[in-house]
Amino acid sequence: MDNNSILEKIKNKFADAIVETVEFRGELTVVIKKEKLVEICKFLRDDSDLKFDHLADVSGVDFLERLPRFDISYHMYSIPKNHRLRIKIKVNENEAIPTVTPVWSTANWHEREIFDMFGLKFDGHPDLRRILMADDWVGHPLRKDYPLGYEEVQFTFNKDRPPELIK
Amino acid sequence: MTAKTETMTLNMGPQHPSTHGVLRVVLELEGETVLKAVPHIGYLHTGIEKLAEFKNYNQFITATDRVDYLAPMSNNLAYCLAVEKLLELEVPLKAQYVRVIMTELTRIASHLVWLGTHAMDIGAMSMLLYCFREREMIVGMYELVSGQRMMSTYFRIGGLYYDIPPDFESRTREILKVMPKRIDDYEDLLTQNRIWVQRTKGVGVISAADAIDWGVTGPSLRGSGVKWDIRKSNPYSSYDKFDFEVPVGKNGDVYDRYLVRIHEMRQSLKIVEQALNSMPKGDYIARVPGITLPPKEAVLNEMESLIYQFKLVVHGFNPPVGEVYQAIESPRGELGYYVVSNGTDKPHRVKMRTPSFVNLSALPKMAEGGLVADVVAIIGSIDIVLGEIDR
Repeated sequence: MDNNSILEKIKNKFADAIVETVEFRGELTVVIKKEKLVEICKFLRDDSDLKFDHLADVSGVDFLERLPRFDISYHMYSIPKNHRLRIKIKVNENEAIPTVTPVWSTANWHEREIFDMFGLKFDGHPDLRRILMADDWVGHPLRKDYPLGYEEVQFTFNKDRPPELIK
Repeated sequence: MTAKTETMTLNMGPQHPSTHGVLRVVLELEGETVLKAVPHIGYLHTGIEKLAEFKNYNQFITATDRVDYLAPMSNNLAYCLAVEKLLELEVPLKAQYVRVIMTELTRIASHLVWLGTHAMDIGAMSMLLYCFREREMIVGMYELVSGQRMMSTYFRIGGLYYDIPPDFESRTREILKVMPKRIDDYEDLLTQNRIWVQRTKGVGVISAADAIDWGVTGPSLRGSGVKWDIRKSNPYSSYDKFDFEVPVGKNGDVYDRYLVRIHEMRQSLKIVEQALNSMPKGDYIARVPGITLPPKEAVLNEMESLIYQFKLVVHGFNPPVGEVYQAIESPRGELGYYVVSNGTDKPHRVKMRTPSFVNLSALPKMAEGGLVADVVAIIGSIDIVLGEIDR
């Protein structure tokens, strides 16, 4: 299925959940509302034309000065249908994200990694612990305000609210 | 009096020879049966993804070698393809063919290390020596093209670091001549070997549906009978021009994953031979001023080339704002690079979707319910590289 028909399919079912769609270099990105994430993912996995059975990757991206601050990208692929799709949600710090582990078990470690690296929490995750950093580590290394070394970076816009450290 | 039973918790690793690095698995045992296996990772975490945000696009190629140190060229390729996709850069055909040859040799080298260590874990000591003998030829090829035996950084955005040297073809043909016989030798030693078969058949079984659900890719998925290879389904770098088969297993056990990888080595040789026979003539790197380096002679003789070289080395290049995900079939499975550009000379985010990381997360699925001695065989059969898992 090509990108347009995939998008058409999602639009027919979840017209009001779609925030934005982008096509760049032949890759389709659909930005959706966080609340509908699990429902849409279930649909994408089970629909007989879409069949996104392989969740390749879940990535977090920090856009420090933007609100909402974080992007979570779900890269999915359909082994029988051979097409790819990127579903994206935008979230703020301290905002809980619904977990997709009931849809794809593989999301387990990906979501743990995002929790570890960005400090975002996943609602309903079976085993939300740090995965790469030590259990008593302070901070989330892939946040943009987490420096390579030295001290925490203070920007003008967060000077009253220094980067949160995890307890 | 009633007998009291309790389970035993066994800590395996992180310093354990058969965890192929620094993997720690906490096993809950009832007698010899594994009730629960919990992998703990992160001992080799180096923050390469963070580093990417502080290096410009060309500089980061060097770091990609270090991610999967047994298949450096595959990582170079995935990263370069992702950035090329971002730039919409056309790579010359010759460079594509050389990339195919080198990544397929990488696949063989990586599978050789896997086979040697995996067999040694189960007790076939001599395999390691044989496999490393053959790997030496391929590592020699790395040295020939790039000057480095392991961290080659041979691929560049837009093509290759340098043209192939004159004895590239003869050295590759030597490998093509020697290897088939050697792979037969490995099979003679293992495939029908009674101890090998008993240690691997029916061990660590994962069904196709479970494997897909857990995101398992590469030979570990194909061992369960799913015929999916990114080189076939989404051909990159001219893979559609070569004729090869995708070996699949049936039972999804350690033995089938072994057979799949053995056959993959043969198929890789087939691809290398085809690429070598039909090697196109032409340039080894796309000549795009400002993105790839101009030829050295031009830099010495022309003002413009000198400026381009200076600008590129000092400032790098600025790709358009956007994000791309490029997946390739690495020796271990789907290796994806997710590159987010914000229009500056440094990537905003580089995420590596490494196959070992995901494949390892399925370890509990394979190990639970089996015997503790089989855990070693299972870890070996999913071919993990800790550098890639922890990044």
